Amino acid sequence: MNNNRRLRWQLVKRRPLSQAKVLLLYLLAIFTALLLGALLLLAIGHNPLIVYKQILTGSLATPTAFKETIKITIPLLLCGIAVAISFKLKFWNIGAEGQILFGATAAMIAPIYLPNLPSTLKLILMAVLAIVAGGLYALIPAFFKVRWGTNETLFTLMLNYIALQLLRFLQYQETWQDIGTKFPKIRPLGDSEVLPRLFGVQIGWVIALVLAVFFYIYLKRSKHGFEIAIVGDSINTAKYSGMNVKTIIMRTIFISGAVSGLVGYLNVAGTDYALTESTAGGVGFMAITVAWLAALNPLGMIPVAFGLSILQKGSLSIQSTLGIPASAANLLSGLILFSVLGSEFFRNYQLRLRRNTETGSSGKGDFKAETEHLPYQKEARDGLN
Amino acid sequence: MALINFINAAILAGTPLLLATLGEILTEKSGQLNLGVEGMMYMGAIASLAAAWYSEQYLAPGAIAAVIATVFAFLAGALGALIYAFLTITLRANQNVTGLTLSIFGTGFAKFFGEILSKKAGGYITCAEPTKAAFAKLDLGGLSELPVLGKLIFSYNFLVYLAFSAALLLALFFRKTRVGLKLRAVGEDPAAADASAIAVIRYKYLATVIGGGLCGLGGMYMSMVNQKGIWVPECVSGYGWLAVALVIFATWSPLRAIYCAIIFGALTILSLYLQIPGLDLQLYGMLPYLVTIFVLIFTSIKQKREFMMPKSCGVNYFREER
Repeated sequence: MNNNRRLRWQLVKRRPLSQAKVLLLYLLAIFTALLLGALLLLAIGHNPLIVYKQILTGSLATPTAFKETIKITIPLLLCGIAVAISFKLKFWNIGAEGQILFGATAAMIAPIYLPNLPSTLKLILMAVLAIVAGGLYALIPAFFKVRWGTNETLFTLMLNYIALQLLRFLQYQETWQDIGTKFPKIRPLGDSEVLPRLFGVQIGWVIALVLAVFFYIYLKRSKHGFEIAIVGDSINTAKYSGMNVKTIIMRTIFISGAVSGLVGYLNVAGTDYALTESTAGGVGFMAITVAWLAALNPLGMIPVAFGLSILQKGSLSIQSTLGIPASAANLLSGLILFSVLGSEFFRNYQLRLRRNTETGSSGKGDFKAETEHLPYQKEARDGLN
Repeated sequence: MALINFINAAILAGTPLLLATLGEILTEKSGQLNLGVEGMMYMGAIASLAAAWYSEQYLAPGAIAAVIATVFAFLAGALGALIYAFLTITLRANQNVTGLTLSIFGTGFAKFFGEILSKKAGGYITCAEPTKAAFAKLDLGGLSELPVLGKLIFSYNFLVYLAFSAALLLALFFRKTRVGLKLRAVGEDPAAADASAIAVIRYKYLATVIGGGLCGLGGMYMSMVNQKGIWVPECVSGYGWLAVALVIFATWSPLRAIYCAIIFGALTILSLYLQIPGLDLQLYGMLPYLVTIFVLIFTSIKQKREFMMPKSCGVNYFREER
């Protein structure tokens, strides 16, 4: 017999946490990430408190700064929703960037080829073109996914680069190029081709909020949402219950791409007033962070997208005032997501310190431990499903 | 002669892809699908440049700086992979999302420190001539002068030879060694491997971290060879993602990865050698990505058993839930 007893950490499944505790854990994770960020700032010789304060004041303190932050929030929120719709299906669409660009490019067809349309009609046509184009662009990988199981992660990603190259190509084409310049630049939008503002920010913020509520209901309460949840959980279950899995996937991914296309339209007609190589500007990737931090819940994405926009706008301001690179935003949001991803583990498991024999020879004690947490295990699993 | 020059250029362009592809093959063989290759390459790119620059300041430019740069590129890639490994293996986070986050994080990491370092160096970072020379064509004496073979085999920088040897070693490792066999078992069926007393967690960690180190070396190639030791914030520009696709193209075989990487290297430089009238440069730029898509579609249609992804790849292993 081995009597060499010692303390050991043991992983145990825990009961599902209450909503309040989940939120606390979540905030703790964000705090940890900010702490890590603070250490990093210290290491490069900056006072983290001053930097964090500047991020907040630089993004919220003045009306102009606040409006700028909202401007960043709109595409992040909408694109987060777009990404979440496909992630619910476990369809890893990381081509939102390309869908935004392709949608934005399609939107430009109206002002470039039909310049004489009345303003309202032109704006509506642009929106329709962007939405349809974004949806179709996402539909290509979805089609191959359901037909042959082609890897959608890489497919959607490659389409990002193709959309970018297409835009670069168009920049040199006579009809698209800005008149009177030799630079690769697409003709900017005229005054009659841009979206109106509401309270000083482009109308897109209303659209984004409305769509957040709409997609919350769509995913939670509608038949489509139910189908998406089932297919995402288990394709076999969906098949056996008689759902048309292929149609559901294609339809859902079309919607996902369409929302991204809309983002492209809002960025061009609402924010930049021109189509450029940075129209998507990394939104498609940041949206993954938004979607996951909000646990794929469209309403949760409103504060998350706003929070990350504070970080982005604030980083621009620390660049100009403190000389810290604006890419700090990407670094910090990466840390936050890492931290939250790690914290999810502690929602389902807890570490317990317990006495145990080194070789586990006392069978009785082990058995007891097993039976002790079995019911929790089942509950936790039920909680997941 | 033009053809030989072309192959030479293709191999040079394909080497960073080969390094990253090998790293990802090693990772995926252990059942971990790390989509953070782009991020790890970026981390390797900036770490090597920073290491080279600092060693130039405090030691001496040249071979020493190059060696230190190589070590740090590997360590940086391995560090990125370690974050990923800790989150997915120990904390059981979603592999797809963790990998994507690593890509975002690594890109931000490189751009952040790239800018900080540029400022320190007074505008922009660039390495001294002796360090650049250490990353240029190796001096192999008369061998490089040989007709045809000289240009084709004996006129590359040390990373090309390193990458090719790594491919051969990995192939031997998977096919001929016990440890390699065990690693493959972990990737195919971790529960069975666990039952036969293979230390699943340790294998997964080691494969992921070493794989990340190889990706870091691929990143170093982008900054030290392709950009000649000058920091360019966009230096990796999607190569990491191409490498993830190349793993599928190479069907998880290190040897096939060699010619796949050369083909893709050729695609990226084709426009310099072969001008097709009427085809714009911008459309040419689509070529590697279009070909990747065709390869993805083709391999998915023609699914063969031996060409499949390791069975458990992308799925976390829960010992308690066997």
